[in-house]
Amino acid sequence: MTIQELAKIRNAKKELIEVRRAVREQGEKLAAKTGYRKQVLVCGGTGCTSSHSMKVIEQLETSVKELGLDDVLIVKTGCFGLCALGPIMIVYPEGAFYAQMTPEHAKTVAEKHLTKGGEIVKELLYQGTLTKKGEIIPFSETPFYKKQMRIALRNCGVIAPENIEEAIAAGDYQALEKVLTAMTPDDVINEMLASGLRGRGGAGFPTGRKWAFAKASQSEIKYVCCNADEGDPGAFMDRSVLEGDPHCVLEAMAIAGYAIGSHQGFIYVRAEYPVAVTRLKIAIAQAHEYGLLGKNILGTGFDFEVEIRLGAGAFVCGEETALMRSIEGHRGEPRPRPPFPAVKGLFEKPTILNNVETWANVNPIILKGAAWFSSIGTETSSGTKVFALGGKITNVGLVEVPMGTTLREIVEEIGGGIPNGKKFKAAQTGGPSGGCIPASCIDTPIDYDSLIAIGSMMGSGGMIILDEDDCMVDISKFYLEFTADESCGKCTPCRIGTKRLLQLLTKITEGKGEPEDIAKIEELASHMKQSSLCALGQSAPNPVLSTMRYFRDEYEEHINDKKCRSHVCKALLNFTIDPVKCKGCTLCARNCPVKAISGTVKEPHTIDTDKCVKCGLCISNCRFGAIERK
Amino acid sequence: MAQCEAFCGTAEQEQKLKAVIEESRSTPGCLMHILQEAQEIYGFLPIEVQKVIAEGLGISLSEVYGVVTFYSQFSLKPKGKYRISVCLGTACYVKGADKILEEIEKELDIKCGECTPDGLFSLDSCRCVGACGLAPVIMVNDEVFGKLEPKRVKWILDGYKEDAKR
Repeated sequence: MTIQELAKIRNAKKELIEVRRAVREQGEKLAAKTGYRKQVLVCGGTGCTSSHSMKVIEQLETSVKELGLDDVLIVKTGCFGLCALGPIMIVYPEGAFYAQMTPEHAKTVAEKHLTKGGEIVKELLYQGTLTKKGEIIPFSETPFYKKQMRIALRNCGVIAPENIEEAIAAGDYQALEKVLTAMTPDDVINEMLASGLRGRGGAGFPTGRKWAFAKASQSEIKYVCCNADEGDPGAFMDRSVLEGDPHCVLEAMAIAGYAIGSHQGFIYVRAEYPVAVTRLKIAIAQAHEYGLLGKNILGTGFDFEVEIRLGAGAFVCGEETALMRSIEGHRGEPRPRPPFPAVKGLFEKPTILNNVETWANVNPIILKGAAWFSSIGTETSSGTKVFALGGKITNVGLVEVPMGTTLREIVEEIGGGIPNGKKFKAAQTGGPSGGCIPASCIDTPIDYDSLIAIGSMMGSGGMIILDEDDCMVDISKFYLEFTADESCGKCTPCRIGTKRLLQLLTKITEGKGEPEDIAKIEELASHMKQSSLCALGQSAPNPVLSTMRYFRDEYEEHINDKKCRSHVCKALLNFTIDPVKCKGCTLCARNCPVKAISGTVKEPHTIDTDKCVKCGLCISNCRFGAIERK
Repeated sequence: MAQCEAFCGTAEQEQKLKAVIEESRSTPGCLMHILQEAQEIYGFLPIEVQKVIAEGLGISLSEVYGVVTFYSQFSLKPKGKYRISVCLGTACYVKGADKILEEIEKELDIKCGECTPDGLFSLDSCRCVGACGLAPVIMVNDEVFGKLEPKRVKWILDGYKEDAKR
C-alpha cells in the first residue's frame, strides 16, 4: 500500500464516519452524500453481547431485507459506554439512542423508523434523551455524555472494529503515516515527552521518558509490548478499546517501534476476553493485508510485526517484569529492578511496555500535537482518563473525562447518582492496589497526584461506587482475599503478609477482633509496603489503610461493640421478629432451613438466635417486613 | 457423561497434541500456548499430558508442572460438561455475587472448585468477565447470565439439566 492508496481509502468512507459524529441537520446533509439514508449502529461489545445484542442485529438484518430497505446500513460497533442499558443501538443521522433492545423492539424500529418517511419510536428511546415535554435531545447532550471528552475512546461505538477501512476513515494509521514520512524518531519521542502523557495502567510513569530510555539502549533487537492483561476486577476500558478500535493500538505500537528502533511487538491479552482476542486477530490480519504491518510499511522501508500472547489468569502478570516472564513461557513471577525493562526486558532485550489506554492516546497526540494534549487536564496529569463506573451507581458504564474532573461530577452528573434513594458512601479506585475516597473528599479534582494525596491511587481506572449498605471492613477483606489469592509467592512479605492481614480482617468481621489488632494491621502493612518485591505486595495493604484512615470508627465498632452498621458481617448480626408486624403466617418457620423459628399460627413468632445461621431466607419470604437484622 | 477415575486420553487426542508441539516448538516462549491448546484438546491437564509436553519440548516435567499450577486458567482436574464460573469481581461482589455463589453451592451440593459426581456441572469463581454493567454475572460455558438474583439460580440450573437429558 502506498500513501496515496491510504488517502484514497480514508476519503472514500470519510463522510460515512462523519455522519456518526455530526449533530442534527449537519448529519442529514452528510448522509445524503453517502448513499445510505440511515445507519444503524449496534453495540457488539462484551457488555451488550452478554445481553444478546447479536440477536438484535440478526433481527434487524432480517427486517431490513424483508422491507427492502437497501439504503440502510447496519454496523456492529464497540462499546458506547452506557453498559447498564444494553443492548444499545443508535440510528443516524438523527442520533436516536435506543436502549435495552430486544429482537421485537428491533423489528418495531425497522418498520416504524427505518422505512422511508419513518419516525423515531419514542417509547423505545433511552429515556434520558427525552425531555419532560417529550422532545428528543441528541444523546451527546445528555448528562451522561455531556461532560465526557472522548480521546482514547474516540472511535469506540463509532466504527465497525472488524473493518479496517472504517478505522482508516476514522483516522487510524494517519499518525503512523505522519511519523514515517515527516518525523524523525527523536521528533516522536520529543512530542510524547511534551504531551505529558503518563501511563494509564496505574503507576503513571511518563510515557515519553520510557520511550527515550529504550531508544538510548544499544541493541540490534528491541521489543514493544502492550499490556492488555487488565486484571483490576471492575475495570474494563482496555477491553473496550480492543473490542471497539483495535487498530489504534497496532498503529501506536508501530509508532513506538519506529521511535525506539524495534521491529517486533507483542500484545499480552487476557484469555478471559475472547471477543477482544478475536477482533485483535482480525485487525492484525487486515493490517497485514493492507500493508500497514509487516515489511516496508507504506513504502518507507520500516518493518513492524505484532504477535498476540494469551494470559492464563494471573493478576500479577499485570506487573511489567512478570508479564515479560509470562510471554517467555514461564511462571509469571516478577524480578527485582533495576535493570529496568528499557535496558533489559523481554528475552533480555530492551523493551517498552504500555497499557492499552496509553497506546490509544498516541494517535491524537501525534496528529493534533503535544500542545493540544497538554492543554487538557491538570498541570501534572494531562489528557483524559477513562473510568469504568460500577457498583451502586445508576449509569454503570465507561466514561472518559478530562483529568481534574471532580468525583462529584462523575458520580452525581455523569453517573446519575446512587439508585434506590441510598446515600453515597465512598468510591473505590485503583482496585486491589488502591483505596477508598470518602464522601468528605467528593470535591477532589481527580488526577494522579491528588488521588495519592488522599490515600488512593488512579490505578487502571476501575471506579466502584459504594453506598451505605457496604461495610468498609468487609470491602478491605474482599480485596485482601483477592491479593492473598493472587500473590505469586516469590517474596515473603507479600506471600505471608497478605495471608496474615487477611486473617486479622477475618477475625474482625467474625466478631473476634481485639483492640490491639488495629496497631498490628498498621505495623504489618508498613513492613509489606517497604519490603515487597513488586507493586502487588507493596500496594496490597492500601485498601485496608485507606479505609482505616477514613472509616476507623467502623473498624472500632466491629472490634469493640461487635456491631456492623451496614448489616453485612453475618457473625455480628442478629435476626429478630417484630411482634407487632408479625401476623403469624408461619411462612418463615416453614422455610427456615435449620428450624430456628418457632410459634403458633396467627401468633407472633420468635427466632432462636443460637440455632439461626443468618441465611436471610426468612427476610426474603416475609410478606409483612416483620424480620429485622440488627 | 461420567468421568473415568484414571486418565483415559484417546490416540487421536495424543496425535493432535503432538502436532501442536511440533508446530510451535521453535517459537520462543511457546509453553503457555501449548498448554492452552492441550487444555482445549483434553479439557484439563493431567500429569500424563504434562509428561508428553515436557518430553516434546525437551524440558523437565517440574518446569511444565510449575507453569500449569501458577496460572488459574489451567486445571489439573476434569471439568464438568457445564462449567459454571461466578464472577467475584468488585462490581459483582458489591451487588451480591457471594449470595449467588452460595445458592449454586447449595443447589448443586458442591463447593467452589469442585465438580458434581455425575460430571454435569463444575463450579469456579472468576475475576471479572468485564460485563460489570450486568452485575452480578455468572457464565455457564460461554453463555452469560446477568443481573442475577439467588432465586433465578435454580431455574438456570434446571434448564441445563433438561438440556443434558436431550
